[in-house]
Amino acid sequence: MLGKGSREEGWGIQVSHVDRKFGKRLVLQDIHFEVKPAEIFGLLGPSGSGKTTLVKLMAGIDRPTSGTVVVGGVQMPRLDMLGKIGYMAQSDALYAELTAKENLDFFASLFGLRGRGRRRRIEEVMELVHLTDSMKKRVSTYSGGMKRRLSLAIAMLHRPRILILDEPTVGIDPALRVSIWNELRDMSQSGTTILVTTHVMDEAEKCHRLGMLRDGRLIAVGTPGELKANANVTTIEEAFLAFGGVRG
Amino acid sequence: MRVCALVVRIWRQFLHDKRTLMLMLVAPILILTLVSLVFNGNTYKPKIGTVDVPAMVTQRLAHEDVSLVSYSSTNSALEALKTQTIDAYISWQDGRPAVVLEGSDPSKNKAILLDLQQMAEASSRGPTGIQPKITYLYGSANMSSFDNFGPVLIGFFAFFFVFLVAGISFLKERTTGTLQRLVATPIRRWEIVAGYVAGFGLFTTIQAILIAWFCVDILGMMMNGRLINLLLITLLLSITALTLGTFLSSFANSEFQMMQFIPLVIVPQVFFSGLFNIDTMAVWLRWLSKIMPLYYGADAMRNVMIRGKGFTDIVMDLAVLLAFSLVFMVLNVLTLRKYRHV
Ligand SMILES: Nc1ncnc2c1ncn2[C@@H]1O[C@H](COP(=O)(O)OP(=O)(O)O)[C@@H](O)[C@H]1O
Ligand SMILES: [Mg+2]
Repeated sequence: MLGKGSREEGWGIQVSHVDRKFGKRLVLQDIHFEVKPAEIFGLLGPSGSGKTTLVKLMAGIDRPTSGTVVVGGVQMPRLDMLGKIGYMAQSDALYAELTAKENLDFFASLFGLRGRGRRRRIEEVMELVHLTDSMKKRVSTYSGGMKRRLSLAIAMLHRPRILILDEPTVGIDPALRVSIWNELRDMSQSGTTILVTTHVMDEAEKCHRLGMLRDGRLIAVGTPGELKANANVTTIEEAFLAFGGVRG
Repeated sequence: MRVCALVVRIWRQFLHDKRTLMLMLVAPILILTLVSLVFNGNTYKPKIGTVDVPAMVTQRLAHEDVSLVSYSSTNSALEALKTQTIDAYISWQDGRPAVVLEGSDPSKNKAILLDLQQMAEASSRGPTGIQPKITYLYGSANMSSFDNFGPVLIGFFAFFFVFLVAGISFLKERTTGTLQRLVATPIRRWEIVAGYVAGFGLFTTIQAILIAWFCVDILGMMMNGRLINLLLITLLLSITALTLGTFLSSFANSEFQMMQFIPLVIVPQVFFSGLFNIDTMAVWLRWLSKIMPLYYGADAMRNVMIRGKGFTDIVMDLAVLLAFSLVFMVLNVLTLRKYRHV
């Protein structure tokens, strides 16, 4: 009814020849790639390269100037798809005067979660991001890392088939970062398609496949291993520089 | 229901934000109390000096509501006038009274002249004079000016605080990025607007009940109509304010810029809502009042509170307010397109 994919198959994302202009400025230029069902796909690129702009097109809150974005077999943006997608924005969009629990309650009811199931799910995601003890605290008293984790918890709340995370681990300490990546891997194993943006190179290694973005162009797509081999280098960082036409 | 989720959230935000809560509930009451104290006070009793005034005249004057001080010369009376110990003095020249007024306060001038006029009438009329019988269609002889513009004030508070609080709250939703986050959920654009209207509407109903009760029962403001009609007007007025505030907030980038709408949107409405006599204004100015929601709100309020009119008499005003709200709501839904295209 909603999409063609089933849970077992998982949902993919097809981005075809997408341009996005702001005024006269071309911020994304002929972006063409595919995110396969149930994989962790990383978008790697320096700040200002257009990661957030691209991710918003896939999250269904923006529309490409030309080209198409298809999620789970449905062309975006589509309102009825938004309930199947989990989106964590780059800046924490939380209600600071409310407690974490109240923030979760609000978003949970927007996604139609209710009753006991909702309560259990809220506890689950808060445990996942190690915030159970701070559940009743106001978000205004949270540190930057805690806010990041709460945003992540909210994005996962409704068990989305597609999880889109815009720089999810900024400001999160290394130990917790490892446990969050373990969780992402578990989720992808159970069929969730995950798209992560990052400008941290060592995080890129953990993705199944990577897309490298520079100045609004996709300069390379492949597994971390393939990218390094093709560029004939040993690190992702060197590979990025090689594909960008800068020989290190 | 997603609208409900939004209503619950707005309420929780209110409950956490005690200051705003107080601002909306206590501030109107405080200001109305002050205003009622200022305007319900006794009418001013002018202080008049007399210099060589015949005894008969002084007796007549004493009947009026004035306090008399006798001076031996015009010079000493003039000194007293300069130090504002008295407001005017009367001396006798060539068998006629001569009055000198301090004159810097028109309301005092009027009070003195009225007293003198009444005195003169009384002395010329004699005991058999014709005294007209006076009856009031609406209001009464002891209606204070507070009774007259109190209804406007109630309307004003319903408008002002909701405009500001709802506008700023919607603005914050935009500047903190939560609006961007909100449109990444399956909520519809109209549901966002409806949620705001319902959340704040519910709250302003409580505010309206509190203000109306306080004005009528505690401050003793004239109330000849039905309370339910008064509440209906207040509710519609605040929904107009709410939808206008959230709409205009999309043209502001900070709370301060939201404040800049006050002199632009709020203050002119006060002038046209009947605090001053509209009929003496230029015709084109009078037309301007027709596009101001507060004009209709205040008109309906006065009809209910002073003239004791019923629902059928205010239904036109209510319809206009409703039309305003609907237009602003549609504009709200349309401006939200900027944040999500579906
Ligand atoms: N709404 C917008 N209007 C105009 N320019 C924008 C807008 N959003 C992003 N940009 C521009 O697009 C470019 C890419 O931004 P962004 O997608 O945020 O990059 P990244 O997320 O990789 O840091 C930047 O140069 C930014 O200034
Ligand atoms: Mg970004």
